[in-house]
Amino acid sequence: MSTAKLQPLPAILIANDLLTGDTVFFTGDGWTRHPGEALLAGDEAASIRLEAAGQEAMQLNRVVDAYLVDVVLSEGGIPVPRHFRERFRLLGPTIRPDLGKQAEFPGLAAQAGRTR
Amino acid sequence: MYRYDEFDAAFVRDRVAQFSAQVQRRLAGALTEDEFKPLRLQNGVYLQLHAYMLRIAIPYGTLSARQLRQLALIGERFDRSYGHFTTRQNLQFNWIQLKDVPEILALLADVEMHAIQTSGNCIRNVTADQFAGVAADEIEDPRPVAELIRQWSTAHPEFSFLPRKFKIAVTGAAEDRAAVSVHDIGLRIVRHPETGETGYAVLVGGGLGRTPMVGKWVRDFLPKPHLLAYLEALMRVYNAEGRRDNKYKARVKILVHEIGIEAFRDRVEAEFAQLDPLRIQADAAEVGRIERYFAPPAYAELQDNPPALRRARAANPEFDRWVAQNGFPHKVPGYQAVTLSLKGIGEAPGDITSAGMRLVAELADRHSFGEIRVTHAQNLVLPNVRQDELFDLWHALAAGGLATANAGLITDIIACPGLDYCALATARSIPIAQALATRFAAPDRQQEIGPLAIKISGCINACGHHHVGHIGILGLEKRGEESYQITLGGDAGNASAIGEILGPGLGADEVPDAIERLLAVYLDHRQPGELFVDSVRRLGIQPFKAAFNAELRHDAA
Repeated sequence: MSTAKLQPLPAILIANDLLTGDTVFFTGDGWTRHPGEALLAGDEAASIRLEAAGQEAMQLNRVVDAYLVDVVLSEGGIPVPRHFRERFRLLGPTIRPDLGKQAEFPGLAAQAGRTR
Repeated sequence: MYRYDEFDAAFVRDRVAQFSAQVQRRLAGALTEDEFKPLRLQNGVYLQLHAYMLRIAIPYGTLSARQLRQLALIGERFDRSYGHFTTRQNLQFNWIQLKDVPEILALLADVEMHAIQTSGNCIRNVTADQFAGVAADEIEDPRPVAELIRQWSTAHPEFSFLPRKFKIAVTGAAEDRAAVSVHDIGLRIVRHPETGETGYAVLVGGGLGRTPMVGKWVRDFLPKPHLLAYLEALMRVYNAEGRRDNKYKARVKILVHEIGIEAFRDRVEAEFAQLDPLRIQADAAEVGRIERYFAPPAYAELQDNPPALRRARAANPEFDRWVAQNGFPHKVPGYQAVTLSLKGIGEAPGDITSAGMRLVAELADRHSFGEIRVTHAQNLVLPNVRQDELFDLWHALAAGGLATANAGLITDIIACPGLDYCALATARSIPIAQALATRFAAPDRQQEIGPLAIKISGCINACGHHHVGHIGILGLEKRGEESYQITLGGDAGNASAIGEILGPGLGADEVPDAIERLLAVYLDHRQPGELFVDSVRRLGIQPFKAAFNAELRHDAA
């Protein structure tokens, strides 16, 4: 019997781009660097599809280390991870607001509610 | 400084070509991530939270101005125009793209640098006292032997797949500034009590991480020509008997702990007895070739404390404070080694911009025979500065924001990259360091507190050496939040010790006040001239623990 624990929902699929190492998010038909474009899995069937997409992308050597992250949708429409580790990953180093996605996408940090 | 011979140069170029081909095969899909990962790690490439990270070896913390300029260039061209110096005297770039790594490695090879064995289960970069060759308290320069070990251990066929990583540190000085007792092997250059001959005292089984241990003496005196054979015997015992079933119990410290230092010593000596030391040791010509590269530079004949220095110190209190705090006694009259603090208040410990690197390189050329050192405390050193040029140097450094007068003080904090960058981290380190440095920024307050080493790690792996901080801070996760465990009484020096945990973990906001409470106990109870860590030793941990926990109970009530 499977002992795998249920993936908390909603969830997004997060990975590192093979070529650049950049944190990327699955959109449903590709990968994006903007978390606001991530596909949100709201039920178990959708999360299973996301996970399969991650496996496939790793096999195709498009991304590395793909896994699901459970999120809360912010008022600004950004899926914000519940865990602080993934939140830092989403926005960039908290000590360097001039670097990472928080710098690259103006307004992202505010849209994400800047939950540190 | 050591210069590559034709074999070194060819070896490094070959490795660049080999790894470039591996990267191409990975990008073409011919290698899976599982196949590629051990290859990239052997070449210093990690995958972190936001990007790949490249860890570049700086053997025994010695850099030339030319090399530092090349690092500045790499930072600008391939990273975000800064780098991070680590507690193993290496440099890390945080924003590297995999496709660029071959080109970066080629640029490193151009200046006799590489990233080989900065990761993986092999013998890592050999570290040393940052004041090697210039310290007034030194018996002998440890860099020639560190270089010898580097050459011996690089791609050593027998020791390339050890049970776990293996770190060696060397010092030739009376005072241990290289934390040798918390390395897998610590070497101290010592004089034989009867003959006066120099050789090595050998410590084994030190280490930090999840099972911190202070190394134990395995040999009081090892004659120099026996070194490589003895290391081979020791590594062979570890390689054969170190655990491979559990990576958390795979370091040599666990083997030494489990079988005991006597049994470990017996096994090493039995193995050593089978070897022919003179066959294994590099021949005298090669040892001499290496040693000549570390010959002292052409020092001028000068007097200590020249009038120009005295006048400048008298006229400028800030300069005077910097010389007093960041200067270090040089063995040659009229010279001084100086620490360039990478701990500006509010900055990330160990970080320096490409512009900063260029400035340091230029000043090294102008004032220090083109040589720079990296300290395990994440600062830089100019080892050979004329005392009558210190004022000019200070002016130039101050203009570049590199003249913070805090070497060894409470704001000279070691911190790993932590969860702002590192995929292994469980909590952030750098913001804690920044908050503490900001809290204790006032120069007079720092002077009043005196020498104090705060060391912060963002996970149990202890890259930030928290166990040997006078005050150690370990970032963990507790119930979905970052939580910081405080330890007291650690020491990385001659009186090496592992700190004791004071109480329950704190939220990040509570850390500065908790440190204030510990300092209050010290300031109330210290004897004249007594350092923080000495007060902790004399008083014991209890009064500090009481102050630490009393307030917590009060808060909870």
